[in-house]
Amino acid sequence: MIFLRNLVDRIRKPFEVGQKFEKFAPAVNAFDTLLFVPNHTTKSGAHIRDAVDLKRTMVTVIIALLPALFYGIYNTGFQHYIQLGEKFSFLDAFIHGTWKIVPMIIVSYVVGLTIEFGFAIYRGHEVNEGYLVTGLLIPMIMPVDIPLWMVALSVAFAVFIAKEAFGGTGMNILNPALTARAFAFFAYPTYMSGNKVWVSEASNIDSISGETILGSLAAGNEINYSFSEMFNGSIPGSIAETSTFWIIIGGLILIFTGVGSWRIIIGGLIGASITAILFNFWGINELMSFSWINHLAVGGFAFGIIFMATDPVSAAQTYSGKWIYGILVGVFCILIRVFNPAYPEGVMLAILLMNVFAPTIDHYIVEKNIKKRKKRWQLSNLKNS
Amino acid sequence: MSKENNRLKPSLFFLSKDREALFSKKNRALLSDPMDDNNPITVQVLGICSALAITVQLKPAIVMTISVIAVMGASNVIVSILRNLIPNRIRIIVQLVVVASLVALVDQVLKAFAYDVYKELSIFIGLIITNCIVMGRLEAFALGNGVWKSFLDGVGNAAGYGVILIIVAFFRELLGSGNLYGYKVIPDAFYEMGYENNGLMLLSPMALITVGILIWIQRSKNRKLIEEK
Repeated sequence: MIFLRNLVDRIRKPFEVGQKFEKFAPAVNAFDTLLFVPNHTTKSGAHIRDAVDLKRTMVTVIIALLPALFYGIYNTGFQHYIQLGEKFSFLDAFIHGTWKIVPMIIVSYVVGLTIEFGFAIYRGHEVNEGYLVTGLLIPMIMPVDIPLWMVALSVAFAVFIAKEAFGGTGMNILNPALTARAFAFFAYPTYMSGNKVWVSEASNIDSISGETILGSLAAGNEINYSFSEMFNGSIPGSIAETSTFWIIIGGLILIFTGVGSWRIIIGGLIGASITAILFNFWGINELMSFSWINHLAVGGFAFGIIFMATDPVSAAQTYSGKWIYGILVGVFCILIRVFNPAYPEGVMLAILLMNVFAPTIDHYIVEKNIKKRKKRWQLSNLKNS
Repeated sequence: MSKENNRLKPSLFFLSKDREALFSKKNRALLSDPMDDNNPITVQVLGICSALAITVQLKPAIVMTISVIAVMGASNVIVSILRNLIPNRIRIIVQLVVVASLVALVDQVLKAFAYDVYKELSIFIGLIITNCIVMGRLEAFALGNGVWKSFLDGVGNAAGYGVILIIVAFFRELLGSGNLYGYKVIPDAFYEMGYENNGLMLLSPMALITVGILIWIQRSKNRKLIEEK
């Protein structure tokens, strides 16, 4: 440890205040604090110091993401070999998936962190850790076969427009990862939907049936996947969103460590279930009569509600606000799925929409609270006088 | 006495009496300010609706710019001439009549001389009447200033509006459809290498985001535009 500390100190030397590369200090500090607890202390006011700083929170989220990511890697290979009708072993599938997905993750981190470092140096603040999660989330919600430069462009758009334009980590209105996906979805629709993009290296095979479940339902087709397949995730879809089971494992990690808000997750489940049950009774098209429990298992709903909607920055902050926010995400997700076949996956747009409304929800919750307490205060004044 | 004085000042009827030079510093500022410090779109945030609607391609944006310059120049002059005759209570109606007739004129001219552009743009030309910049400048400037100054102010603001329109349209057409002014500029070799046109650029949200980026760039260059907290 001391050896490491000395090494870092030696590297840091030219970056100290007054030295040659002072301007680039944030870059070195970021690597330093990745290894060691930062040694600076708060300077004014009362603060609660906790070992769980931003960096540890982000690492927790990354750990929670790993099960879904590993299953996604396996599923990429699984779908590829199944659709091609080739024999394969577990390892084959895993290697194929790794070969596809690791470059996407690298591109995402390199592009995103470059922009973050650039802004940190330009604005003269420290690099924040928020991008560690965003950078992993973005490749996880993309289709496998998307060209790498599109990933890079989406990442750049998300970091510039959704994040740095609003002031960086902790200031963004929209969830950056979903903004990246929305950008790719609207900018390059042929690469983000259809029946070829979800299975790797399948675009030149004609006999492929790689449409997502929601996509084929929107087209009015029957689906031949069982519930257990939907729940386990051996279905076509964006990389890491397919396996509800492994996503729930990640969700439990988030809830037990207190990083993700269980109010939002439960609220989302309630909202989506009720809406879907109501549509089940109506049931005039395939999507409406699609069983509510299946609605929860397919598509990006589980992934979105657990990893995206609970983003502490863009979600509502108050407790009752979180309930309202979560329920509305669920309701809108099913509404968009059912009523707009052009956007078979509603959860992305539902969360982005509710991100925009989260401050409004909080505002009214806080106002209500103020009014309530004012009333109580007036009443007590009346009694005393 | 006044007659003699007037004879001593050989000036056109619309020049102000204090014999200010046609392009004095103040007058030039009327033209150049809207391009930068007082841009109607990026600083005053007016006329956003048309910035969304007609910036998908460069050609409509340029035609729109020329039309707005014509309408604003002429309407500012007319309202400025009439400014002492217009009763205050009905001034909005009078301004509307002036703007509407000028817009109808532009509409007819386009129909006669540039029919294919007219077909694309006729709806938006009609909407110049509702462009907030036009009414805004009439209210804020032409009603209280001389003819020449009003003319400069109208043309300057319309040009400031047009500059932003053209910049936005340039990026949207280039990135959205690979063309500029209808001609293909991105070589086929790019597409063969896997380049794709950006479909989001064709949708209106991207116009807002582009304008937003322009505002961002302008404000980080020109610090005095940033409001105090």
